[in-house]
Amino acid sequence: MITTADMEAWLQRAADVLEENKGYLTELDAAIGDADHGVNIARGFAAVVQKLAAQPGQPLGPMFKSAGMTLMSTVGGASGMLYGNFFLKAANVAGDRQALTPAELLAVLEAGRDGIVQRGRAEPGDKTMIDAWTPAVDALKEALAAGQPLPAALCATAAAAEAGMRATIPMQARKGRASYLGERSIGHQDPGATSTYLILRALADALADEDAKQA
Amino acid sequence: MKKLINAVDAVVREQMEGMALAHPDLLRVSLEPKYIVRADAPVAGKVAVVSGGGSGHEPLHGGFVGYGMLDGACPGEIFTSPTPDQIFACGMEVNGGAGVLLIVKNYTGDVLSFETAAELLHGEGVAVRTVLVDDDVAVKDSLYTAGRRGVGGTVIVEKIAGAAVEAGYSLAQAAELAQRVSVNCRSMGMALTSCTTPSAGKPTFDLGEHEIEIGIGIHGEPGQRRIPIIDADAITTLLAEEILNDGPYTRTVRSFDPMTGDWAEVSLTSEPFRAGDRVIAFVNSMGGTPVSELYTVYRRLAMICKERNIVIVRNLIGAYITSLEMQGCSITLTRVDDEMVRLWDAPVKTPALRWGI
Ligand SMILES: Nc1ncnc2c1ncn2[C@@H]1O[C@H](COP(=O)(O)OP(=O)(O)O)[C@@H](O)[C@H]1O
Ligand SMILES: [Mg+2]
Repeated sequence: MITTADMEAWLQRAADVLEENKGYLTELDAAIGDADHGVNIARGFAAVVQKLAAQPGQPLGPMFKSAGMTLMSTVGGASGMLYGNFFLKAANVAGDRQALTPAELLAVLEAGRDGIVQRGRAEPGDKTMIDAWTPAVDALKEALAAGQPLPAALCATAAAAEAGMRATIPMQARKGRASYLGERSIGHQDPGATSTYLILRALADALADEDAKQA
Repeated sequence: MKKLINAVDAVVREQMEGMALAHPDLLRVSLEPKYIVRADAPVAGKVAVVSGGGSGHEPLHGGFVGYGMLDGACPGEIFTSPTPDQIFACGMEVNGGAGVLLIVKNYTGDVLSFETAAELLHGEGVAVRTVLVDDDVAVKDSLYTAGRRGVGGTVIVEKIAGAAVEAGYSLAQAAELAQRVSVNCRSMGMALTSCTTPSAGKPTFDLGEHEIEIGIGIHGEPGQRRIPIIDADAITTLLAEEILNDGPYTRTVRSFDPMTGDWAEVSLTSEPFRAGDRVIAFVNSMGGTPVSELYTVYRRLAMICKERNIVIVRNLIGAYITSLEMQGCSITLTRVDDEMVRLWDAPVKTPALRWGI
């Protein structure tokens, strides 16, 4: 089972990784956006972690909801609204559960991804974070269906997100700020797809750690 | 990076504190969450006009808060959209019972944020309508991009919408008028230099000593193309021709219906300029360009309009929607009718725009 402690560890790890990579993410955004993605997303996740520490022991629904509201009010920019929506939709699925089965974790991530699509209306190939989310969710679904244990399945998820992130390089952006560059957006990696990869990598690492502790 | 700042994190807050101290007769400031409202808000029975967007474009939007223009403005971090909780709190504070008109520049982050805020306000029983400003002709198509960006036209829309609600327009009337003004705005901008956000500490794009960037937005983002530097007349001609030769532009915008609480998709078309059109001509500094150079631009713009029989009935020249310290300018032409000219001339009393009062 995936516990609230696991999910807290995920968000903490995501906050750390985003903080470490904020310069890198902002650089990616400077190339095809407005040079704020790393700073904004790092600030947002730091606030999420701070808020969680103040409200320990919440069920997963309220925990995700708090994360979503915090991201919406602290990040600013498109990604704040989109990641915020991810967690709000994830919260609806998680409800008052204290733990998730792997299949429920998949449902949570899938609902979150759908939330991003609902608000942002991006399609695969538009060069957005969706190009990392969608292959990642698909990979998790496949890995679980093939009976893989969760840590391996989450590694496959992160790997798919990473491949999706790299696949944004040759794409021409059709959504978000980068779309204004037209062909000039080609050849650059999408910052939002990159933060999505980092967040999913953090998920795989956080749960691998938990696994190691139990072993 | 050399800037008049204290700490990177404090830039927006300290600017707001300064505004509150400088203009207590015109406005009030909330720091948590961040928004600026006119001193006498809420004005009972009047529709409230609220806008907002990233900071770094001053005087837009906070400098336009006051009688005859904005009831509220929500500044985000520098070049970053404001968040829905700011817009929600601001809307609640300025609502005088007749509803809130949200003026939104077309940037994905702003649109997502204002859409969420509109839903939140509706949930509290506030009548809300949204108007999108998307006047940047540097963006050619609406199908494969997020659509034209909101730039100089925002100033024109905010002035006319603010005057309309002061004159007693209902929410529906003000929204219809504001959208009509917006559809009749076209803008084009250029940069001589890049700009530096305090958090990044270095210029957002590199521009060589002999290069200029054509078709920029207002966030220090790279533009449509880069060319070797040319003189002021040639630059003005280039910008004006992009605007005057721009064909019909059709886009689908989502607009909030306060009756159903839902979003309706509407198709809007901007018609090209034609001989005989009357316009407000707005020559804007991106922040670092002196007014003297703007007049040089206006000189040539007036000639071009005259040649094409485009009649400039009003003008606005100065730094009103900026990109920090960027050198460069933008031109906005807005086709106007008598109603719009009357509302443009109506009294306004804000930190940055003040006449007739
Ligand atoms: N409509 C959209 N749907 C999904 N993701 C989007 C959309 N628009 C932008 N994004 C993502 O947001 C990222 C930019 O985030 P950020 O820099 O925070 O926003 P902003 O462009 O408002 O500054 C992009 O790299 C892209 O992945
Ligand atoms: Mg950005």
